[in-house]
Amino acid sequence: MSNRKVNITPDTTWKETTPGGVIVDAGNAEDFKTGDWRSMRPVWHEDKCKHCLLCWVVCPDNSIKVENGKFVGFDYDHCKGCGVCTKQCKFGALDFVPEE
Amino acid sequence: MAKRVSLSGNEAVAFGMKQINPDVVAAFPITPSTEVPQYFSQFVANGQVDTEFVPVESEHSAMSACLGAAAAGGRVMTATASAGLALMWEMLYVGASMRTPLVLAVTNRALSGPINIHNDHSDTMGARDSGWIQLYSESAQEAYDNLIQAVRIGEHKDVQLPVMVCYDGFITSHAVENLEMLEDADVKNFVGENRIAPYALLGKEPMSMGPLDLPNHYFEHKRLQAEAMKNAKNVILEVAAEYEKLSGRKYSFFEEYKMEDAEAAIVVINSTAGTAKYVVDNLRAQGKKVGLIKIRVFRPFPAEEIAKALKNVKAVAIMDKLDGFSASGGPLFNEVRSAMYGVADGKIVTSYIYGLGGRDVTSVNIEKVYSDLFSAIETGKYEVYNYLGVRE
Repeated sequence: MSNRKVNITPDTTWKETTPGGVIVDAGNAEDFKTGDWRSMRPVWHEDKCKHCLLCWVVCPDNSIKVENGKFVGFDYDHCKGCGVCTKQCKFGALDFVPEE
Repeated sequence: MAKRVSLSGNEAVAFGMKQINPDVVAAFPITPSTEVPQYFSQFVANGQVDTEFVPVESEHSAMSACLGAAAAGGRVMTATASAGLALMWEMLYVGASMRTPLVLAVTNRALSGPINIHNDHSDTMGARDSGWIQLYSESAQEAYDNLIQAVRIGEHKDVQLPVMVCYDGFITSHAVENLEMLEDADVKNFVGENRIAPYALLGKEPMSMGPLDLPNHYFEHKRLQAEAMKNAKNVILEVAAEYEKLSGRKYSFFEEYKMEDAEAAIVVINSTAGTAKYVVDNLRAQGKKVGLIKIRVFRPFPAEEIAKALKNVKAVAIMDKLDGFSASGGPLFNEVRSAMYGVADGKIVTSYIYGLGGRDVTSVNIEKVYSDLFSAIETGKYEVYNYLGVRE
């Protein structure tokens, strides 16, 4: 976020904001932490996971983290908890539990 | 050197647009504004301007296309009236809040219903809270002069707002008057070759305009927009001073006509000021201390300045060429009276709603207003809310 031309935060005043809400930085969706919308949370069971990555295919928020072709975890900053990944998993490797 | 010409108000505006040579004009015809895009499209067809002319299918689309072009960074103009302005309503607010300067020439016409094609101010007065700067014009000359200044006012870095240039339908739009036009080169030089667009979709940096704005930021953006309207006050005066050097014609927020020692004054907008000045001259010849204020800038509203100008009158009549249906006077009346509170107290302040749907406003009507004011001063008895020229 520090590499942004304009840092808009929840505390930005009217004198600091941009006219009409112009967004001057491309790719800024990353700055918006949609993870706090979540009421349900996907949970990974590594022992059952076959790394088929169909969860990565269906995730609408690019929140399945993958390294070297393997599932490594969730991006909980941006996962909205829609549960699509848990629903499609055929191996019982993804649980869907209430947020506490 | 300026040239003397005889033109209708619509011709003066269309020729002004030709001299400004905007990047884009998107327009849809409506009486009595139709001639503006009609003449302008001829200039486009003749290759006399470089403008992209977009003949759209409605006024909503006209304003949408204009906003898109202005968001891209272009200098943009259009024209409309009455129901056409009403159909632009949604986009008027979008343009002001997106901070896209563009110039809209409005030939003031009554809003339906009953359907009526003649002049009153219900169209632009309804748009008074849309966030647009509003300049009003008594004559074809003023419409032309306001149009050219509007480009500079709206595009100023401290403003970045769209501007309406308003003049009375048929009375000013179609009557041929003698006026002075500036040389093409002077207009080109005055407005500058390109719009100054600090944010533009076709600029060097990628950006988004018009995004969704949730409760945590919307208020800050509106507050910033309000500041732009405040800034416009200084910019309007600066641009007027520069325009005066070029044209010899002086402009401010409003014109004060024989106000120095006036006891009874009228506040009025657009062409009726011409009739009222004639009445002021006649009454002055009879030794009556009468004056007139003609509003040029309604948005931003020059509240302090108007209150100061009315400080020494005994009675003032404020004339609205629309009924705001507030059951307590028209918008000009309410704003002027509110501006006077605490600054010019103890005056007789009355409201006159007049000239709706193109009803003629004659010198006899205006004389009646002054005579009502003097009667109020003498007797202390008067009606606050009045209708002028309606059959009782």
